[in-house]
Amino acid sequence: MPAPAQFRQLRLEGVGRSFGAMQALSDLTLEVKRGEFVALLGPSGCGKSTALNCIAGLLATTSGSIWLDDTRIDTLAVEDRGFGMVFQNYALFPHMTVRANIGFGLRMRRRPRAEIAARVDEAIRTVRLETQADKLPGQLSGGQQQRVAIARAIAIDPPLVLMDEPLSNLDAKLRLEMRQEIRRIHQGLGCVTIYVTHDQDEALSLADRIVVLRDGQIRQVGTPAELFARPARADVAEFMGFRNRLVGRPAGAGKVSFGDATLEGVDMGIGDAPTALAAIRPDDLTLAESGIPATVEAIEYRGRDFFGSARTSDGVELYFRSHEALKIGAKVKLAAEPSKILLYPGDAT
Amino acid sequence: MRSGVPLKARLAARGLDGVTLLVIPALVLLVGLFLYPFFYGLVLSFMPKDGTLLGNYRKFFSDPFLYETIQTTLAIALPVTIVNLVAALPVAFRVRRLQHQRLVTTILVLPITLGTVLVAEGMLNYFGPQGWFVRTLTLLGLGSPSSIRLVHNYWGVFLSLVITGFPFTFLLTLSYVSGVDTALENAAATLGARAAARFRTIFLPLLAPGLAITFCLSFVQAYSVFPSAVLLGAPAGPTRVISIAAYEAAFEQYDYSLASAIAMIMAATQLVIVVAVLMSRSLFYRGPAAGAKG
Repeated sequence: MPAPAQFRQLRLEGVGRSFGAMQALSDLTLEVKRGEFVALLGPSGCGKSTALNCIAGLLATTSGSIWLDDTRIDTLAVEDRGFGMVFQNYALFPHMTVRANIGFGLRMRRRPRAEIAARVDEAIRTVRLETQADKLPGQLSGGQQQRVAIARAIAIDPPLVLMDEPLSNLDAKLRLEMRQEIRRIHQGLGCVTIYVTHDQDEALSLADRIVVLRDGQIRQVGTPAELFARPARADVAEFMGFRNRLVGRPAGAGKVSFGDATLEGVDMGIGDAPTALAAIRPDDLTLAESGIPATVEAIEYRGRDFFGSARTSDGVELYFRSHEALKIGAKVKLAAEPSKILLYPGDAT
Repeated sequence: MRSGVPLKARLAARGLDGVTLLVIPALVLLVGLFLYPFFYGLVLSFMPKDGTLLGNYRKFFSDPFLYETIQTTLAIALPVTIVNLVAALPVAFRVRRLQHQRLVTTILVLPITLGTVLVAEGMLNYFGPQGWFVRTLTLLGLGSPSSIRLVHNYWGVFLSLVITGFPFTFLLTLSYVSGVDTALENAAATLGARAAARFRTIFLPLLAPGLAITFCLSFVQAYSVFPSAVLLGAPAGPTRVISIAAYEAAFEQYDYSLASAIAMIMAATQLVIVVAVLMSRSLFYRGPAAGAKG
């Protein structure tokens, strides 16, 4: 029984996968509506690829279930799921032309020849590869191969498109270009796209919703804006670019003291923890009249502003932004606006 | 010196440097132990006892006792090679996915270290009329020692070539099978290709060139069979292979010229098969069997 082409939602219920004693993924529960673009974000080894392979059927789950509406799909063989998958190394068939690669899924479905030709042409147009259709993958550039991989995955008109770090092998410029391309293709299809990445910029710019994974567990699910502004936990904050992490003593009502200096910030659930951790983006930490005293250790010019690192008397390294060039060894005071400082319980990692 | 560039640098630009000198020992061996004897034999084969140029070749192709050895050898070597290849392919596919790949590979490859004579001696006992194999079959009522004849005939040679040839064929096949990126198989599966279709559309075309090479090397090994054809076969009749004919000419009739001619004919017939198989490779894709990048 193949997966239904029209559906309302994809549902993961407590999906887990262990390799021997190692729990690579545990209790992944998630609902994705049709048309949504979801990014699975996390550092390497966080279980995001495991999750994707479980959905694709390339890896059996060890617990939980996966549903498309009322059809259970985690018990279906990978061949019967009919999901389009884009692999990290593209996995194009090297002995087939671009056209044959894209038509492979349709040929396996024994569709009439005319229909295959029409749909392959359409997929080729979608990824703008009209002039390369009769070449072998080896004759294409990385970006073009990527487009073939996407076209091959979408040619079978899948309810679900799974992408496993598809841009990680491309250079920076091409990556930006393909990002827009992927978003455009997704919007044109109206399917569910699940996109695995370790790059938060990619996740933020592409996804409707981001699932942050760490150690095989969901740490936060939210829109890009939510995740960017208010990471729920200190480890998520670190991953979302809050590089500065200062441990201090809670001083009541959203305040944390660090020796002489006190910072005011947004209370993200300190509760009655004995210590608090202040997380600040380097972008938001600037020179101020009063703030954390530190000694400048390095400074570099990055276009509009200078970015530098400084060390506090406790030996904590801080990254900050400055309008002016500073001398190495200069004594500075660093602070940020209260809305840009997130305060977490200090025992959290 | 014509230009300001030192001689050493100019030689290096043409690919000649100190490292090139390391080729010399191999070159000496190649010339001394292969090229010289080969051409010596070639010339010798055109100097038969009867004094004509093509006397040996005329003799070979007019005497059924001699020219039929080609057919006899092919009748052993071709089926053995095909059986080995067909048997090695699924084993290689399975071993590729094993965790203890090394252990299994070692066990499978062990016969290669034994040598054909040792295997032949063992087989004479094991497959002989009083051997375990025949006695077990007899016990199970599947035949009698007189009806199951597995040595001193075609099957004796066949079995020994399978036993000694399989590890070699398997090792080569395994390396080609391992060379196919598993992501390709996964990609084909997500696109709806079942195992049989994946084998037919992905693996077979990508493996074909490698399997052709494997076939050639295994075939050449089987074609030059000698010890087991003598020890396990019926060297006077059904397993009178071409190397036996050459041996008899050289060491029983002391006609080195005829023996050389037979050796040349042996080489030529092998070459025909090998060239035919390798030419068929051009029908297939020949490139890296991995995703083109990454």
